[in-house]
Amino acid sequence: MTSSAVIAANRFGLGARPGELERIGRDGGRAWLMAQIERPDRLQLRDPALLTSAGALAAFAQYRQARAAARSPTQAMVPAAGPGDGQRLAAVTARTLGAEIEARVQRAVTTEDSFAERWVHFWSNWFTVAARNAQTIPLPGPFEREVIRAHAMGRFADMALAATAHPGMLIYLDQAQSVGPGSQAGNRRGAGLNENLARELLELHTLGPDGGYSQADVTELARALTGWTVTGRQMRGGAPGEPGTFVFLAAMHEPGARTVRGKQYREGGVEQGRAIIADLARDPAIGVRVAKAVATHFVADDPAPALVARLNASFMRSGGDLRALARTLIESPEAWQPEPRKFKTPHDFLVSALRAGGVREVSFGPLRATFEQLGQPPFRAPSPKGWPDTAPHWAAPDAILKRADWAQLAGERLNGSMTPIALAEGALGPALSSRLRTAIARAESGTQGFVLALMSPEFQRR
Amino acid sequence: MTAHTFPLSRRALLGSGLSGLTLASAGATAAFAAQPATTGTFVLVILRGALDGLAAVAPLHDPAYLALRGRLALGEPGTANGALDLGGGFGLNPALPGLHALWRAGQMNILHACATPYRDRSHFDGQDVLESGAARLFGADTGWLNRLLGLLPAERDGVGIGRTIPLVLRGPAKATSWAPPLAPETSFDTLSRLMDLYAGDSLLGPALSRAIETDAIADGGAGAGMAAGQARGRGAFAPLASAAARILTAPGGPAAAVIGLDGWDTHANQGAGEGLLANRLGQLDQAITALRVGLGAQWATTHVVIATEFGRTVRVNGTGGTDHGTGGTAFHLGGAVRGGRMLGDWPGLARLHEDRDLIPANDLRRLFASSVASAWGLDTDAVWQAGFARV
Repeated sequence: MTSSAVIAANRFGLGARPGELERIGRDGGRAWLMAQIERPDRLQLRDPALLTSAGALAAFAQYRQARAAARSPTQAMVPAAGPGDGQRLAAVTARTLGAEIEARVQRAVTTEDSFAERWVHFWSNWFTVAARNAQTIPLPGPFEREVIRAHAMGRFADMALAATAHPGMLIYLDQAQSVGPGSQAGNRRGAGLNENLARELLELHTLGPDGGYSQADVTELARALTGWTVTGRQMRGGAPGEPGTFVFLAAMHEPGARTVRGKQYREGGVEQGRAIIADLARDPAIGVRVAKAVATHFVADDPAPALVARLNASFMRSGGDLRALARTLIESPEAWQPEPRKFKTPHDFLVSALRAGGVREVSFGPLRATFEQLGQPPFRAPSPKGWPDTAPHWAAPDAILKRADWAQLAGERLNGSMTPIALAEGALGPALSSRLRTAIARAESGTQGFVLALMSPEFQRR
Repeated sequence: MTAHTFPLSRRALLGSGLSGLTLASAGATAAFAAQPATTGTFVLVILRGALDGLAAVAPLHDPAYLALRGRLALGEPGTANGALDLGGGFGLNPALPGLHALWRAGQMNILHACATPYRDRSHFDGQDVLESGAARLFGADTGWLNRLLGLLPAERDGVGIGRTIPLVLRGPAKATSWAPPLAPETSFDTLSRLMDLYAGDSLLGPALSRAIETDAIADGGAGAGMAAGQARGRGAFAPLASAAARILTAPGGPAAAVIGLDGWDTHANQGAGEGLLANRLGQLDQAITALRVGLGAQWATTHVVIATEFGRTVRVNGTGGTDHGTGGTAFHLGGAVRGGRMLGDWPGLARLHEDRDLIPANDLRRLFASSVASAWGLDTDAVWQAGFARV
């Protein structure tokens, strides 16, 4: 076990599984990481139990029909929830979001390519699509698989375009219902423009709040994106193509040229929006933001300017090649300093603890409450900005206590299948301090030993 | 729970004193040092997501109201979809009967058309300015309420209800967080050994010790917290407010509590007197009632401010909702409030900010300053300087 193996597994990856530090140590941490970014096919999550975005949307459409049918004509004015409705909703949620979360956590806990997996989580957070209500429940899982995993080692511009055009994003940020006021549909129904996706595309996905755009640009981009919708989501429905897929509907599109950031984009149907997004994706403002976010996520809450500059240069030089960016990160000396500086998020903590415990099959049911109580339920980020990435947000006093409570439960279950010191050695290798070793040795019970190991300063950080 | 049950649970730590987590128990004092009751209680309720102020407090008799608000408009008091009468041509959303009762009892003031100095429309940035108290974005990495805690004559702390300490409570003064319990509690002995491991760790050590102190008080008996945790999953705010009340009424409890409530970003299908936003307002109303009931006699010396990062567009958008705006509404209520007044200036709807938003005629920070000054018996100018002007 070498210290480069520890850093590779725990800081870059999702935490060492038993025996993993030895395996990584053979070729060294860097080689282990480099190999992962060269095999993006292993990043994909193809599971016959998981529905495509169209399939998930169809499942929810069926649920809504069943709910409407269950209401008798005399009960037309009664609120939607009926006696069977709760069960129907629970069933379709389990079939969609529930299955996706199970698969995602299972992958996170068991994968051998845990750095590449963490890379996927990072980009999924950048282009957040979250389950916020019944409408959005079917969306985040397929979105992550169909957009983020597909482009994680590709080009930023391709990921940005795919994200914007995906039914998940179009519904999550209300684009699918947005109608150009001057369009055919707008004139007919007096329905109107929704700026939500345009705003977040500029503020969160590309330029950033200071990236140089105005409210007028937001509105113009929103107009350009009208017509980007999902079959079956328009107010009257009936669009060509398989239900639940992207479609450009000219009848909803605001006609005319658009001016965004001083450049004019002539009328051209769906190409108008694509051209704007392509230009945005090339802006140098993105490289700075991506570099800062990557450095913050992987290395430290206050990353060294040299690291950020190097990542930015790589991003710009390669034209937004995400594999090249990952390579630059792996080659950066700042990422390999021995002291762990990142406090683990709840997701980091739980996944790394399950990995350290050698768990092979995750059943998410018992974990659901834990993820929620610790404040990070998968696919349910509170806003399009995604999950925060710095210690002050996560290291609240009560959260520490809750982690300890969970570690107690975990310890009770691990007792008998491994010893606390074996868990600590397998997860931390040479990073295991003598103070922790002594504390574990003096624990009054196996369970207590596990709590001390999992709550130790060296396990709480990466 | 009494102070000396064995085996010691975390709740029992209340009576044992916590320095070094020893078992010293003679002359047991409360986990927070007892303070003389000269300082009242301040509660800040942050509505995250930009509450539509015009939907909460409607200018029913403004000539432009009905035309601009369209299907989001509330009706005259007494009609279907009618507002609750506030007098002066204003009406309260019918989902807020508890607040309406406070208004009639003279325990609530309303500050309409207000905003911080922030003039853009990003939630995240708007909340930063709302909580830092600075005049500009990222102007401070501490919060105004934390800085104001430093003005108190004797050290008191603030508690954030939720899993994280919000920016408004971060800074040099002591603050902690509390959220409902998850599972059977870790034993005192284990926690004590963890504290040993955390000696010298400036992040984990203080966090764990503060958590243990707060948890002992807030739990208020087995089951109460778990109910709050389950209820939270259904989006109910009231149990959080009840927990806040329990923490605030404990001997020597915090001088301030902050409760953050989500779900106000109504871009689509907002509804008026009924529907999405009205449901949320109803939960807010129940939470304030739960807070008042839970505080008991302490309500008489409590000031509550309900605020949000900015308001929303005056006109309904293309999807039956509203987009991010500027001027919004805030509420100042409590047993100690001289209420029944609409504060500040009402700019009307004839002219709009950037032709879309309610004009931000009133500085929300002034309400923060005056309400805290009243709650804690401080000079308003000193509060303004420390909290907002000198950032």
